[in-house]
Amino acid sequence: MAWNEPGGGSKDPWGAGARKGEAGPPDLDDILRKLQQFLGGLFGGKRNGSNGNNGNNGNTRSMSAVGAVVVLVIWLASGIYIVDPAERGVVLTFGDYAETTMPGPHWHIPYPIETVEVVNVAQIRNIEIGFRTGGSGRGASAAPRVPVESLMLTQDENIVDIKLAVQYRVKDARDYLFNVIDPDATLAQATESAVRETIGKSSLDFVLTEGRAEIMLRTETLLQRVMDRYRSGLEVTSVNLQDAQPPEEVQAAFEDVIKSREDEQRLRNEAETYANDIIPRARGAAQRQIEESKAHKARVVAQAEGEASRFTQVFAEYRKAPAVTRERLYLDAVESVLTSAGKVVVDVKGGSNLLYLPLDRMSGVTPMPPDKALERMLPPAASVVPRTQEGQSSDTRDRTRDRGER
Amino acid sequence: MEKLKMLLPGLAVVLLAAIYFSIFTVNERERVILFRLGEIVRSDFEPGLHLKIPVINNVRKFDARIHTAEAEPERYLTAEKKNVIVDSFVKWRIKNVADYYRSMGGDELRANLRLYQIVKDGLRGEFGKRTIQDVISGDRAKIMETLTVTANQQAHQFGIEVIDVRLRRVDLPKEVSLSVFQRMQAERERVAKDLRARGAEAAERIRADADRQRSVILAEAYRDAEVTRGQGDAQAAAIYAKAFGSDAEFYSLYRSLNAYKNTFRDKSDILVLDPGSDFFKYFKSPNPGGAR
Repeated sequence: MAWNEPGGGSKDPWGAGARKGEAGPPDLDDILRKLQQFLGGLFGGKRNGSNGNNGNNGNTRSMSAVGAVVVLVIWLASGIYIVDPAERGVVLTFGDYAETTMPGPHWHIPYPIETVEVVNVAQIRNIEIGFRTGGSGRGASAAPRVPVESLMLTQDENIVDIKLAVQYRVKDARDYLFNVIDPDATLAQATESAVRETIGKSSLDFVLTEGRAEIMLRTETLLQRVMDRYRSGLEVTSVNLQDAQPPEEVQAAFEDVIKSREDEQRLRNEAETYANDIIPRARGAAQRQIEESKAHKARVVAQAEGEASRFTQVFAEYRKAPAVTRERLYLDAVESVLTSAGKVVVDVKGGSNLLYLPLDRMSGVTPMPPDKALERMLPPAASVVPRTQEGQSSDTRDRTRDRGER
Repeated sequence: MEKLKMLLPGLAVVLLAAIYFSIFTVNERERVILFRLGEIVRSDFEPGLHLKIPVINNVRKFDARIHTAEAEPERYLTAEKKNVIVDSFVKWRIKNVADYYRSMGGDELRANLRLYQIVKDGLRGEFGKRTIQDVISGDRAKIMETLTVTANQQAHQFGIEVIDVRLRRVDLPKEVSLSVFQRMQAERERVAKDLRARGAEAAERIRADADRQRSVILAEAYRDAEVTRGQGDAQAAAIYAKAFGSDAEFYSLYRSLNAYKNTFRDKSDILVLDPGSDFFKYFKSPNPGGAR
């Protein structure tokens, strides 16, 4: 910074001493040569005139003349300065602004008549609010905090921790030099004021979440307006919000909110997992029921058709010879029953009522309770005819349903 | 002639000195007052080279750029008697250098102090009228504007132009900050609880909905299945009835016989038979008519 500090004109680092070795531009050489010739002629003439009087004196004169010329040349050369591409030179004539010079080699009438001040206008300067990297290259989060600067009040009277960096450059070298004492410090002050004003108009949530870009934009606008009002010659190129966080003291609580947001999502997801698990299964099960019912229907109908057809066919024959067919059917059935089942023939009428039948031993394993088997079996065998006549209508219905259910 | 030549350098030096003492420059950054024996003669110099009479005239230069008056942060009471700590700065510039010199003696520190006094009074007044909320957000710009205007009016007599009064920091005192932190914490906890509860709520809703859907799906399926079964059964019954209805008595026989066959299929089924039944009518004798 020191090399382009305002007010350094008289101690111009581009002074003749430093730059004499370098080749000046052609026009300057020309001027110098002409000057030299002119001066040489002047002194030379005088020397010629006084040569007769005192040779010694002439020698001294020529010595002092050469000295004077050298001094003059040095003095004139001290007006040479070079403006770097990134810079602008501001030339003052007796302190009065004369011109702003563009990059390239230049010459001004040397001190004390004219002075030049060179300002770097391309360099992007940087100030930091709320932290100091101090050029250590660390990020904003690692840099030492400056809580006094960074903690600020939001609209809803919460406190937020803001770190921001402002990049700016010199827009107008003349304004930069002559209008404000220490424009850079002024910018820092104005930045703080502007960012606090902006944050003060925003709620904490807005600052921490979606409002970041807008806050920076508003701060930048505000800051630029202030800097323009001071005619500081500075232009804000960007305002960067390095960090916007809740203060350290409450960070844990804020993190917990983030966690809780995740938890909320997690709970939802778990529930949805559950739903996704059971609903398709239920749909599958439902489909199975329906298919089973269809199967049942088809089966029952087919069975009915089959049985009906069989009956109808048998019936057709039966009508041709009822008595014989009846007898045959009966005998066939009883034969089939007695062939497969175990049987005991007891002449109950002749014997006593106390008849011992070790049924369990006879069958080995008894899958059906003996009394039930007896109940079912006895009536048709014992008194076929009357039973058949009596319970016909109700029995038919029951059996049909029994078969259907099975 | 020789003497004159000897004196020449001396004269030149005197001449240069005379010139040096009778001119002065005014820089772009400066305001200058020209005095004649302590009395202000002129103060409206443009930047550049100017003349003066040596010894009798003297000049004083003042910085014409924008100065900053800053003071230590101060406590102010808002309308609801809350303390806030306010840090502000004043940007000012010399407008009338003669007035400035007369009132401040050209002392920048004094000017800063005086200005800050004015601004402090203004701040006290403005803050006393407003709530903390207004001060922080709503009226901030307005306060600064009002203060700039009033300060400017008052500073006018000092030859000073107040360009801007800006509030830099408006903070709560440390002890209040702590309770703010606590409040923020409580608020966050509330939000966190709320979010978790919402999550649980949503989860419960989703589960319940899923359960409902499952029940409905199953129930509807059961209904449809029963309908279908019923249709099947009815159809079957109709078929049976149609077929068997042609001779109920024969059906009874036919069906009963089938049932017997189906019932006694296993070897373990044991029949206890009376030899007197029809089946056995030829079992005892080939002419059962007489036996019975």
